[in-house]
Amino acid sequence: MALLNIFKNNSSKHNVLATGHVISESSRCVQCGICSYNCPIGIDVRAHVWRDEAVKHSECLTCGECVARCPRGVLRFAQTDLFVRSKE
Amino acid sequence: MRYVIIGAGVAGISAVEAIRSVDSDGEIIMVSDDPYGYYSRPGLAYYLTGELEDKALFPRTKEHYQKLNFNFLKARVTRILRSDHAVLVDGKSKLVYNKLLIAVGARAMPLGVAGANLEGVVKLDHLADAKHILKLAKRGKTLLARGMKVNYLLRGDRYWSNVLDKHESHVVEERLTEEGVVLHHKAELKEVIGKKGHVVGAMLVDGRTLKCDMLAYAVGISPCMELMEETNLAKDRGLLVNEHLQTTDLDIYAAGDVAQVYDPLSGKSALDSLWSPAHEQGRVAGWNMAGRKAAYLKSAPFNVTRLAGLTTTIIGTVGRGKDEDLIGIARGDSETWRELPEAIIAQSGFDVNHMRLMVGEKTLVGAILMGDQTLSWPLQKMIAGKADISSIREQIMATDAPLADLVAQFWMTWRTEEAL
Ligand SMILES: Cc1cc2nc3c(=O)[nH]c(=O)nc-3n(C[C@H](O)[C@H](O)[C@H](O)COP(=O)(O)OP(=O)(O)OC[C@H]3O[C@@H](n4cnc5c(N)ncnc54)[C@H](O)[C@@H]3O)c2cc1C
Repeated sequence: MALLNIFKNNSSKHNVLATGHVISESSRCVQCGICSYNCPIGIDVRAHVWRDEAVKHSECLTCGECVARCPRGVLRFAQTDLFVRSKE
Repeated sequence: MRYVIIGAGVAGISAVEAIRSVDSDGEIIMVSDDPYGYYSRPGLAYYLTGELEDKALFPRTKEHYQKLNFNFLKARVTRILRSDHAVLVDGKSKLVYNKLLIAVGARAMPLGVAGANLEGVVKLDHLADAKHILKLAKRGKTLLARGMKVNYLLRGDRYWSNVLDKHESHVVEERLTEEGVVLHHKAELKEVIGKKGHVVGAMLVDGRTLKCDMLAYAVGISPCMELMEETNLAKDRGLLVNEHLQTTDLDIYAAGDVAQVYDPLSGKSALDSLWSPAHEQGRVAGWNMAGRKAAYLKSAPFNVTRLAGLTTTIIGTVGRGKDEDLIGIARGDSETWRELPEAIIAQSGFDVNHMRLMVGEKTLVGAILMGDQTLSWPLQKMIAGKADISSIREQIMATDAPLADLVAQFWMTWRTEEAL
């Protein structure tokens, strides 16, 4: 289905590990801190979201723990060339 | 220049940051009476479920605060003395301001029945409330071990009836029931029954009595307006402000849950009790206080919440009328959700993956998504951006339309065009 194809690129973890990072939609965030609390290497993900910045942290493993745990769908993976790919 | 900010909630903190981004020298003094300072209020729910420890609720470190270079006074403002350009702190000392921000938030409406002051009658406004609830729950551990029973009293005939439709209410209620919650519809509390100062039961108007060890109430909230009583500032249900977040006294600003903000687009002043508007209003107020002119433009109200464990997004306008269970507006609620213009309802999905769209003449005016959230991001953008959906409107309205696919396809084209 179209829906599946379109959104697969947004959430497929494997593609992202190589080229992507975690981005956020800060208007959805209520700063609860579940993301930072569950980050295995202690990145303050919540602070990135507050500043409306992507989590471009040299130590980020893109393990997806924050993306999966956020109760409000604030976080997702993004690839730099996401848009081009999804058009192909 | 001295800025005084009353309230250490999200509106207050974001105002401090905004002031500092414009004015690096001015003196900033924040006065707040919550002993825990700034923390995530919505996060309290996750603290109660055990998904978070209390220390994780604090978004800021000491270093953050030091960088912002402001003074924090743990105290209560008891009066605003407009003619002195000052506030009275703890009933005794005067604190003079050049610019004042009132960001005192809202609080739970009182229960208003006999016995409401008994120990074990609880609400959830502050971290202190959450800690109190957990303490009481621990004391009742023997009860928990036996399976603590939860009775849920609703005054109306279904859950959140002015925002959710019948089907959505039903989905939530069914899940609550599965979790062991006993729902009582059209049940109105008459009196809380106590023994030795502690709650032991709830008596209903229809004469029934339910035994309990704790009674939690959430019957709506109202802006904290007591400071405004002798000030002559224009007010309605909240403190009225223009789009620059200024009250009728141009040196006094208000932001967050206490502010009833003028919306130049609709010509109305509305209350929100949502984190994100409070954040944005604090920022705009801060800029204006420090001399950078900016206007707050209300975007489509939006909330993501968990209803009976089901992630639910509510965007724009989705319901109509008054919810009998609430006085005022509910937590994480916005009045816009109930002001339904001419709109037609299109629906799809089943049980826990559910989507409802409110279709206006040319645009989508609201949406509810329960369960699968894939489309909530696109829908938020389309509704806030007033995307012209004329090209798919007919298809959306068709019986059994594949709503999700239509929206997804539309969004892909629309965001390409928007990006250009
Ligand atoms: C349990 C719960 C769940 C919520 N869930 C959601 C949600 O899912 N989504 C959402 O968007 N929003 C939610 N909210 C609402 C959200 O938290 C509020 O909209 C937001 O916190 C408002 O921020 P504020 O800065 O205006 O006020 P507040 O955060 O209430 O801060 C006001 C501050 O002012 C202080 N104060 C008050 N009077 C005085 C005085 N006279 N002197 C000194 N200090 C004073 C208070 O102590 C407090 O520190 C929830 C709230 C609660 C309590």
